[in-house]
Amino acid sequence: MGIFDYFRQPRQKSASVAKERLQIIVARERAARGGPDYLPAMQQELLQVIRKYVKVDDDAVQMNVDREGDCEVLELNITLPDDRG
Amino acid sequence: MARIVVITSGKGGVGKTTTSAAIATGLALRGHKTAVIDFDVGLRNLDLIMGCERRVVYDFVNVINGDANLKQALIRDKRAENLHILPASQTRDKDALTQDGVERVLNELSEDFEYIICDSPAGIERGALMAAYFADEAIVVTNPEVSSVRDSDRILGILASKTRQVEQGGEPIQGRLLLTRYAAERAARGEMLSIEDVGEILAIDLLGVIPESQAVLNASNAGLPVVLDEESDAGQAYQDAVDRFLGEERPLRFVDVPKKGFFGRLFGS
Ligand SMILES: Nc1ncnc2c1ncn2[C@@H]1O[C@H](COP(=O)(O)OP(=O)(O)OP(=O)(O)O)[C@@H](O)[C@H]1O
Ligand SMILES: [Mg+2]
Repeated sequence: MGIFDYFRQPRQKSASVAKERLQIIVARERAARGGPDYLPAMQQELLQVIRKYVKVDDDAVQMNVDREGDCEVLELNITLPDDRG
Repeated sequence: MARIVVITSGKGGVGKTTTSAAIATGLALRGHKTAVIDFDVGLRNLDLIMGCERRVVYDFVNVINGDANLKQALIRDKRAENLHILPASQTRDKDALTQDGVERVLNELSEDFEYIICDSPAGIERGALMAAYFADEAIVVTNPEVSSVRDSDRILGILASKTRQVEQGGEPIQGRLLLTRYAAERAARGEMLSIEDVGEILAIDLLGVIPESQAVLNASNAGLPVVLDEESDAGQAYQDAVDRFLGEERPLRFVDVPKKGFFGRLFGS
């Protein structure tokens, strides 16, 4: 489907598309919030490294910085595709 | 001690100034001594919405710089005797709002007023940060539209970390959602984010829903805060929001699609 067809398709209600997109971006931005400035760049580089071995989506790498007492914990989630290889 | 409330949004043009004028006027009409401050340095507009633009002599930055004292700069509202307005400066110097200066003015206002409403500029620059920094609570004005919701979430992140209360080791300040320019019919048709959608994404308490309304433009044309237009949907919705702000329970109004009459059913889609 070409990008311009979106407007002509008998489509999913636009508000639910908006909601889905917002949920994803807001979750991502919250995860990055308060974390060190190098986080987004590190996320990109990790993605490239992973891609040497598996084909993954742009949002396959999720990072989260949590504070536990005096410790900062970097949580890293990598979603691998179902059909590995 | 006054309670300091910031009206904020991140995104521009969503209704912060309209809301600041309405909430401040509503609080004053209920007998609370209220000051409303325009933090939008360089783009003064609260004075127009409040209808006192021709009475501005001194402004916020004049007071900060010591060119005038607070008494000289505060404008007494003509309709609500408990209400005073501190206009923004039209200077282009964005650094004019120093943290010390803002704190001094807020401290002085705190001696005389119960509520201080801070009308934040859009964005996340100095003016917006200063409007939020000393706040005890926030009203986050959001339109049911993707960029506004995202920016509101961004602002909530800033509120959670960049206020005096947090920096002094206290709890993050509470932010409540005021959803404005809501069109119930469009939401019902799935063309606009619904109250539930926005509430679910931002996950904060709802202070109120203000419908998209011609009354808002009429009110700003006249220089009367829309909350004074008691017949209007937006005016009543703002009255409800003020009551809720003060802890009363009010059911949401103007959020359901009006039932179509006979002709509506004939000609409606
Ligand atoms: N409920 C509403 N219905 C219809 N129009 C509205 C409503 N609320 C606000 N508006 C209109 O939206 C415009 C922007 O409102 P306002 O100036 O209050 O926003 P703002 O957030 O203060 O903008 P800025 O970011 O520039 O300071 C105005 O033209 C106003 O009349
Ligand atoms: Mg404004």
